[in-house]
Amino acid sequence: MSLIPQFIPKFVLETRVEVSNKWVILSPIIAIILTLFSGIIIFSLMGKDPLLALYTFFIQPVTTLFGVTELLVKATPLVLIGVGLAIGFKANVWNIGAEGQFTMGAIFGGGAALLCNNIESYLVLPFVLLLGILGGAFWGAIPAFFKTRFNANEILTSLMLSYIAVLFLSYLVHGPWRDPGGFNFPESQLFSDYAMLPVLVENSRLNLGSVFAILVVLLGWILIARSIIGFQLRVVGLAPAAAHYAGFKHSGLVWLSFTISGGLAGLAGIAEVSGPIGQLLPSVSPGYGFTAIIVAFLGRLHPVGVLFASLVMALSYIGGENAQIEIGLPAAVTGLFQGVLLFFLLACDVLVRYRIKSSSFISGKRS
Amino acid sequence: MRIKSFYREILLSLIAIALSGVGFANAETKVGFVYVGPIGDHGWTYRHDVGRLAVEKALGAKVKTTFVESVKEGPDSERVIRQLAATGHKVIFTTSFGFMNPTLKVAKKFPDVKFEHATGYKQSKNVATFSGRFYEGRYIAGVIAGKISKTNKIGYVASFPIPEVVRGINAFLLGARSVNPDMSINVVWVNTWYDPGKEGDAAKALIDQGADIITQHTDSPAPLQVAENRGVKGFGQASDMIKFAPKAQLSAIIDDWDSYYVERTKAAIDGSWNSQDVWLGLKEGMVKMAPYTNMPNDVVALAQKTEDAIRDGSLHPFSGPIKDQSGKIVVEAGKVADSGMLLGMNFYVEGVQGSLPK
Amino acid sequence: MDLLPVILTIITASTPLLLAATGELITEKSGVLNLGVEGMMLIGAIAAFATAVSTGSALLAILAGAFSGALVASIFAVLTLIFLANQVATGLALTIFGVGLSALIGSNFVGVALEPLPKLNVDGLSTIPILGKILFNHDVLVYLSFGMIFLVGWFLSKTRAGLILRAVGESHDSAHALGYSIITVRYLAVIFGGFMSGLGGSYLSLVYTPLWAENMTAGRGWIALALVVFGTWRAGRVAFGAYLFGTITILQLHVQGWGINIASQFMTMLPYIATIVVLVLISRDKGRIRMNAPQCIGKPFHPSK
Repeated sequence: MSLIPQFIPKFVLETRVEVSNKWVILSPIIAIILTLFSGIIIFSLMGKDPLLALYTFFIQPVTTLFGVTELLVKATPLVLIGVGLAIGFKANVWNIGAEGQFTMGAIFGGGAALLCNNIESYLVLPFVLLLGILGGAFWGAIPAFFKTRFNANEILTSLMLSYIAVLFLSYLVHGPWRDPGGFNFPESQLFSDYAMLPVLVENSRLNLGSVFAILVVLLGWILIARSIIGFQLRVVGLAPAAAHYAGFKHSGLVWLSFTISGGLAGLAGIAEVSGPIGQLLPSVSPGYGFTAIIVAFLGRLHPVGVLFASLVMALSYIGGENAQIEIGLPAAVTGLFQGVLLFFLLACDVLVRYRIKSSSFISGKRS
Repeated sequence: MRIKSFYREILLSLIAIALSGVGFANAETKVGFVYVGPIGDHGWTYRHDVGRLAVEKALGAKVKTTFVESVKEGPDSERVIRQLAATGHKVIFTTSFGFMNPTLKVAKKFPDVKFEHATGYKQSKNVATFSGRFYEGRYIAGVIAGKISKTNKIGYVASFPIPEVVRGINAFLLGARSVNPDMSINVVWVNTWYDPGKEGDAAKALIDQGADIITQHTDSPAPLQVAENRGVKGFGQASDMIKFAPKAQLSAIIDDWDSYYVERTKAAIDGSWNSQDVWLGLKEGMVKMAPYTNMPNDVVALAQKTEDAIRDGSLHPFSGPIKDQSGKIVVEAGKVADSGMLLGMNFYVEGVQGSLPK
Repeated sequence: MDLLPVILTIITASTPLLLAATGELITEKSGVLNLGVEGMMLIGAIAAFATAVSTGSALLAILAGAFSGALVASIFAVLTLIFLANQVATGLALTIFGVGLSALIGSNFVGVALEPLPKLNVDGLSTIPILGKILFNHDVLVYLSFGMIFLVGWFLSKTRAGLILRAVGESHDSAHALGYSIITVRYLAVIFGGFMSGLGGSYLSLVYTPLWAENMTAGRGWIALALVVFGTWRAGRVAFGAYLFGTITILQLHVQGWGINIASQFMTMLPYIATIVVLVLISRDKGRIRMNAPQCIGKPFHPSK
């Protein structure tokens, strides 16, 4: 106790009775202002014009319709995975393996697409999507099974299963699922149009997957806010003991969390390969499963928050590419800057839940 | 109020900056490069970036180069390539096999932009493909190994079972067996292009199994460092890696994109650019051998002779008779492997241990 | 085949995992989950490498690696302990930050070669056949990894400070009521975690493969994290986990070298499958696991709650 002032000499945090609506809006704004200032410092140190750098990072990518559609394409998998993870995290179920569930969704759904490559029917796409969801849910069910049946910690099992899924996809694409006309290069055949998600805006890659993402946000919202299941999830997360007395079965929630988050990650996976990719590749994710973990917490485990957080993350990736193209900013600086942005966003979150008081005032009140 | 006007000022100045940026970009030709790894990988991507710098050096003020590194194969690459095309880049080099379909898709939308895709097999009116005949270098390395090895065992650290890598393994063994028919190759797949620790571990495992020559088709110098440490010999990959193994490196197979990049950029500027599919080797200088070191003079002479023979066309590494693992003749005596077999190579030649996943 | 070099290879492969996992064990025991191990290792790796190249001193290089790991860990500590930021997200952000920062610093060190550290040979002992080679013929960081995990096990189970650390991780409210400073204890635990991750990174760039290249940790930070869970938060089991993972990684390479008829991707999967299987076997006894898992892990502490 006596040591705390060494680290917090000037202020003390006081828990707010309710989450402050004002600060829900203001805290990200403060975070962004802080990010801009640190951006100015970082970019100046790199010898770049800081204002131009910030412009290429955050504004220029969305100045065209195509840019906006690309932002949505990039955010879509993050939203789909993030909402699922948020549901699980609320119940303290630690699914770290969405990357693997995403990949399994791509494998199951992509396998279905390859199987149906000669069938010309509008039923192909629903079949492909369904299998994608099942693939992800199946891969998510494995840690749930180990957790509920053998008490094995899901952080380890879900993470390790990610590596296994990624290697399995690599095996398929380097071996049995190679394009027979592709000179043994590691790529599957291109999917037929019947297995592809329809494009929404001409000359762009914005597809039905983004609509799914919006729907998932709405459904997730209803599930968490309005349903008995959502109530149970929250109670288990906040007060496990109380949940136990109320007779909620924890194992049921583990299963539910993992199948929902796995299924959504699987949907994200198949929406990616049946959307912008259009075939199976040795690797189908640039780490969406891990980025979505950040997104889930950045969005405060709320589906609408996840939507906004996904857009911010997606913009920071696209902005980083743009900054490389426009002003030759190295990719390393992009990562550095992204880290700083996240630090500020996460730190400013404190203002939503706590009030800052000067420490003298608090100690005066208490004594 | 004051805050509002402050923001407006920032916004206006940003727009002004952006517009001025567009203004003075016309005099030079913009050349774009898309890399799959970081330029700091000291392997594949690093060599492509050396090529980019060569373009800058050779053409000076006539060009402005742009690169985007660590671009993931998949949707991200299509966006990056398109963004380069949309921002006035006239020539775009996409330097990984996985960029093939994205490159073609973007090329359709930007018919005036010239695209150069490395290691692919699909061309179009404005998409040319190029690659190096690195197997020529591997054949020479094999010849050296066949002369140097005492255990007759080569340890091969490999990344992924793709034709490029399989071709390298086969060429190496054909070279080794041309001077010593008892040579064999053990292959360890590490399933990554890039994990120095694991590449090194694979090399150690191979040495422990009796290999006294280590070679690798992954990106880092780690296997060569292990060779140095364990007192066996090895080869550099992509770059001359003698610094990492002054006593162990026999030679290195160097990727040299410099002159190709310079030529193609020049062609795009003067209008002589045309779509093509080239596979260049020692003769054209896309494949180079680092100095032959740490070996007796007669082996140096033999290596040099082999190199010269490949360069002048009198020797083709895949000349018959070539047998596959089952002993079946796949290339008959007096013939050389056709380009389809070379491009999609998916079998091991006799003497390679283990089997390829089908 | 000679087993001795195989054992040496396994030790080399396991050491960075063990170093980083030892640090994370302490961090997690205090109730903090830091997913930024990968980032801290990379920072440690480049700091150590850069120092070794510039000064030529192995000792300075190791210290630089360890302390810069601790330094970036302190960013995490301030954000999560003082600003009460979410630990999982902040840890992941730390990894993104560490990857970027190390690549930026490292851009000047790509393609630079470095002499490996001298081995700490104990006179006379390392010449004992076989055992001498296994036990007394390593570089100093290998001994440190053994020493530290032993020390940490002893610290957690036998010392009063270790008891306080565990109490803080078990129930921060009770520990607070007893008058312990939760923030201070956790701050120190996080810093120690960064210090050890930094050491693990130094081992990679100084000994394992004496070179610098971007992202050279290649996921080892994640494995170290998983190993703490695997070890059910007990020092001995964490060490067992690190060596199990290292052993299977190396042995599958050997099996491949013998020319086996299984696709290599399945061989590469083996260490991951093995850790899952062994964890499932260990975990069946529910009571023992629960006693070790810190109950407050991942939860922010705020005194007024």
